[in-house]
Amino acid sequence: MTTPIKRDKPWLMRTYSGHSSAKASNELYRTNLSKGQTGLSVAFDLPTQTGYDSDHPLARGEVGKVGVPIGHIGDMETLFDQIPLGQMNTSMTINATAAWLLSLYVAAAERQGASPAQLQGTTQNDILKEYLSRGTYIFPPQPSVRLITDIIAYTVKNIPKWNPTNICSYHLQEAGATPTQELAYALSTAIAILDAVRDSGQIGAEGFEQVAGRISFFVNAGIRFIEETCKMRAFGEMWDKLTQERYGVQSEDMRRFRYGVQVNSLGLTEAQPENNVQRIVLEMLGVSLSKKARARAIQLPAWNEALGLPRPWDQQWALRMQQVLVFETDLLEYGDIFDGSPVIAAKVKALVDGATEEMARVQEQGGMVQAIESGYVKRQLVTSHTERMRAIEHGSLKIIGLNCYTETEQSPLTGGVDSGIMKVDPRAEREQIERLNAFRAQRNNAEVKAALANLAETARSGANIMPASILCAHAGVTTGEWSQTLRDIFGEYRAPTGIDIPANDDSRGAKAISIRTEVIKTGEELGRPLRLLIGKPGLDGHSNGAEQIAVKGRDVGFEIVYEGIRLTPEQIAKAALEEGVHLIGLSVLSGSHVEMVEDVFNQLSQAGLKNLPVVIGGIIPESDAKLLKERGISAVYTPKDIDMNGIMVDILNLIRKAHDLQPVTVA
Amino acid sequence: MIPALPDPMVLASAVSTRDRLALAQALNLLDDRRPAARQCAAAFLDALPVEKLDAGGHLIGITGPPGAGKSSLTAALIQVWRRRGLKVAILAVDPSSPISGGALLGDRLRMHASGADREVFIRSLACRGEFGGLSAEVWPMSLAMLAAFDIVLVETVGVGQKEIDVSKMTDTTCFVAQPASGDSIQFLKAGIMEIPHVIVVNKEDIGMAARKTLSELKTTLGRRTDADGWHAPALSASAALGSGIDALADALDSHRHWLLERGQFAARRQRCQAEWLVKHLREEFGRYGINRLGGENTLFAELASAPRRSPIAAYEDLRSRVIPNIQ
Ligand code: B12
Ligand SMILES: Nc1nc2c(ncn2[C@@H]2O[C@H](COP(=O)(O)OP(=O)(O)O)[C@@H](O)[C@H]2O)c(=O)[nH]1
Ligand SMILES: [Mg+2]
Repeated sequence: MTTPIKRDKPWLMRTYSGHSSAKASNELYRTNLSKGQTGLSVAFDLPTQTGYDSDHPLARGEVGKVGVPIGHIGDMETLFDQIPLGQMNTSMTINATAAWLLSLYVAAAERQGASPAQLQGTTQNDILKEYLSRGTYIFPPQPSVRLITDIIAYTVKNIPKWNPTNICSYHLQEAGATPTQELAYALSTAIAILDAVRDSGQIGAEGFEQVAGRISFFVNAGIRFIEETCKMRAFGEMWDKLTQERYGVQSEDMRRFRYGVQVNSLGLTEAQPENNVQRIVLEMLGVSLSKKARARAIQLPAWNEALGLPRPWDQQWALRMQQVLVFETDLLEYGDIFDGSPVIAAKVKALVDGATEEMARVQEQGGMVQAIESGYVKRQLVTSHTERMRAIEHGSLKIIGLNCYTETEQSPLTGGVDSGIMKVDPRAEREQIERLNAFRAQRNNAEVKAALANLAETARSGANIMPASILCAHAGVTTGEWSQTLRDIFGEYRAPTGIDIPANDDSRGAKAISIRTEVIKTGEELGRPLRLLIGKPGLDGHSNGAEQIAVKGRDVGFEIVYEGIRLTPEQIAKAALEEGVHLIGLSVLSGSHVEMVEDVFNQLSQAGLKNLPVVIGGIIPESDAKLLKERGISAVYTPKDIDMNGIMVDILNLIRKAHDLQPVTVA
Repeated sequence: MIPALPDPMVLASAVSTRDRLALAQALNLLDDRRPAARQCAAAFLDALPVEKLDAGGHLIGITGPPGAGKSSLTAALIQVWRRRGLKVAILAVDPSSPISGGALLGDRLRMHASGADREVFIRSLACRGEFGGLSAEVWPMSLAMLAAFDIVLVETVGVGQKEIDVSKMTDTTCFVAQPASGDSIQFLKAGIMEIPHVIVVNKEDIGMAARKTLSELKTTLGRRTDADGWHAPALSASAALGSGIDALADALDSHRHWLLERGQFAARRQRCQAEWLVKHLREEFGRYGINRLGGENTLFAELASAPRRSPIAAYEDLRSRVIPNIQ
């Protein structure tokens, strides 16, 4: 006779998704739930994340692309049609506009008949890492910290089962951070936020225990899965100590490190994309093997991560990976399998020590907010990412199919009519704008005006922003109106780019010196030093590629103009003219490259710069690359182009070509 | 096709009407080191409207240690000036990489608020290792900008005591002090640093430290005046909050008025050019070269009474007098 084996409860399984419209996303969510997914994870489009209505000029090309557009309560109700919010657990990746989207969620739930106290889920609401990696910030750091604080204080009192903030180290790793940096900067962010909540006076000492217990984390898991396991154990130890020592949290339960995961995507390749499946599975082990440090929720990217957006089938495959691990293997039958291992303990200690040291450095500078404003943390990340890129280029960091074992058979996965990725219907944007106009036409404008005036008053007075925002939601205020009201009061911000780092050893190497010599020579032939403008048009916040190209460009002798993310095509053309650059390099990863290139070309020809060569890099499907070249783009680069020196020589030769000079070859 | 040289006359008249493309081309030309381009540039500068170069607009230098907030204050000043209906051009100087000679030109980022305004023109320059925090192109480029804009502001990299070099090539110099950093006060006290025309402690939003630095600066300055008799005010501002910016703009403008009232304006512009010429000579030939032309004092005296000429033509002239002397 066998006794039934006692198994741990599975973690929450999610798929990060949303696209086109609230209606299309609602259908997707309902199918996903029917496939055994146990929670929802909403991806918003970039206009929603950066506080613009779908008809704002900056939203052009971005509506419904990388997520769902939510412009008002009507959209939110449609998104959760037939999904009972009183029972659902919903994670929303939303930051600068988190207070607004949570307000819409609360209002939609109320209209379904659910009370706020019933709601369960998470708002990401970690705006500090937006300045460092994710890019969807709007306001300066101080008011951003205030918004985070307000959400925490409000939910602890009114939506007690809600996770008001997910402090993120995920995005730091995606911007190049090492495990030590992830630990240090995520925990320094937690300090900045908990200090702010304490100092805001909104929560008494008794409630603070509750606050600490509601803070959760959103973490990355890379391919070095043993080290990642240790990182998670280090997080647990450090959080326990921090909450106890700095904030005097008594209850052990409230000091527990709770986290969700999205596994690493930066290491997923465009070359031989099927290998990404192995990577994703191994990465999942890093956050599930150790029971003591196991994730509460996991979402996995798909095999075609570096090609474009995943289709429902790709997402299903990713979900099934989790289900196989949870339901077929014996993972959930054991206690912690690492306890007592001296190897693991030593690695954990090394990580804790390293992170503690870096945290002290941040505190010396006045804390995380100051270290972000001064550009310090961003420079550390760019430096780490530069090292990573160099290691890939040199082959000391092996990535199968990318810089070794590159020979391959034709992949049957990418062959289909859709080339293996999801394409958003180009009509989505127009239709969304039509719906927005219809919504505006039927609402009570006096009520909207009053709600916005009340919001402005609240923002100025320093009172909690949530009640006024929920009133706005019910009144029919739009995402753009809510955000603009706060923009007018808080101001807008541009974060340091972090590219002003010292040159690394590579730039003293023979290759760099040979390129530099040619760059200088061509500069002399043309009369003045060669200048490049690196431009990020649109709302896209993916800055890694632009940063690496900028640093590399400087190191081979170009003068680089780079103004950071989120520029209009008009601003890019203006800068190109004023700065007298020889070439423009655009970087677009959000999928809006066709619209952006069209707009940039229009602006350039209006400025009288029709003949300036323009290249582009990013996530650009082959068919679009062809189209862009037909329209005048000189060269297209994608993630498989890891030879940065080669890219620099190309750029040099494109400048030469534009001036009828013979190309040079660099040994 | 190597860039063809423009017609200097046509270019100068287009620049004077604030044609943006023409100004961009003119700045490219002034950056161009080929001999034929130098000649063309000299002709271009000679063709610019004299009255604007001698007495038009306001040429302002802004300097101070890295991170003090020069670019942020510039951004805030641009807003104020634009509200007053003034058209603004900026020359922002950034350091070059000592290793690669390449550069990251980052000041635009902070001045971004004026992103789409066509009456604001920003050109960045790498200091390319020469000219102590300035760049040799700054003076000729300032002239081209003065022909078209009401305010021309030069932001320089702060390099310790040399940061004030810019004061010799502008009408008015503004020093931005970093709260809680005693360096500038020490330099002033020791007389190492020349006194700027306006001193501003930025970041008053952070409170105590800024107030303390301001009062120390006020004490240090006391009633001291510069050689011309101007007493430099010490102000407080915050680029982040936008506070104190109007007062800063006013203070800068009072110095311009003061120069005008005393009839010193054109003389100062001429002196700027002389400073540039001498500095340039010193860069190229060292003290030896200056001595060949009779030493610094003689040279300045000669330049003060020389007829006005484009800086490039004047420089070539001086240069040709040094070179036979060397041989
Ligand atoms: C890292 C990453 C992030 C990081 C970005 C960190 C940062 N600061 O850059 C984080 C986690 C923040 C992030 C967030 C998001 N991401 Co993301 N992200 C990626 C990921 C995994 C890698 C991109 C990367 O940095 N690669 C490393 C750099 C060095 O490579 P690269 O940019 O491609 O550059 C190389 C070449 O392309 C070229 N190049 C690039 N630019 C230029 C410019 C010039 C001038 C030249 C010459 C060359 C050049 O040279 C480089 C050298 O090899 C990709 C998928 C993938 N594996 O590629 C998804 C991906 C780009 N993200 C995606 C999405 C949807 C998002 C979100 C919008 C999701 C959401 N709905 O919120 C958010 C929001 C981001 C925002 N504000 O816009 C999608 C885009 C889909 C599409 N195009 O159709 C992708 C493709 C993933 C996917 N399949 O869904 N992301
Ligand atoms: N708190 C505060 N920070 C400021 C202010 N002005 C600038 N800063 C910050 O100081 C840093 C350096 O500013 P920047 O203008 O680039 O300085 P520059 O190197 O002198 O040009 C940036 O992080 C700014 O955000 C201010 O008035 N208050
Ligand atoms: Mg600056």
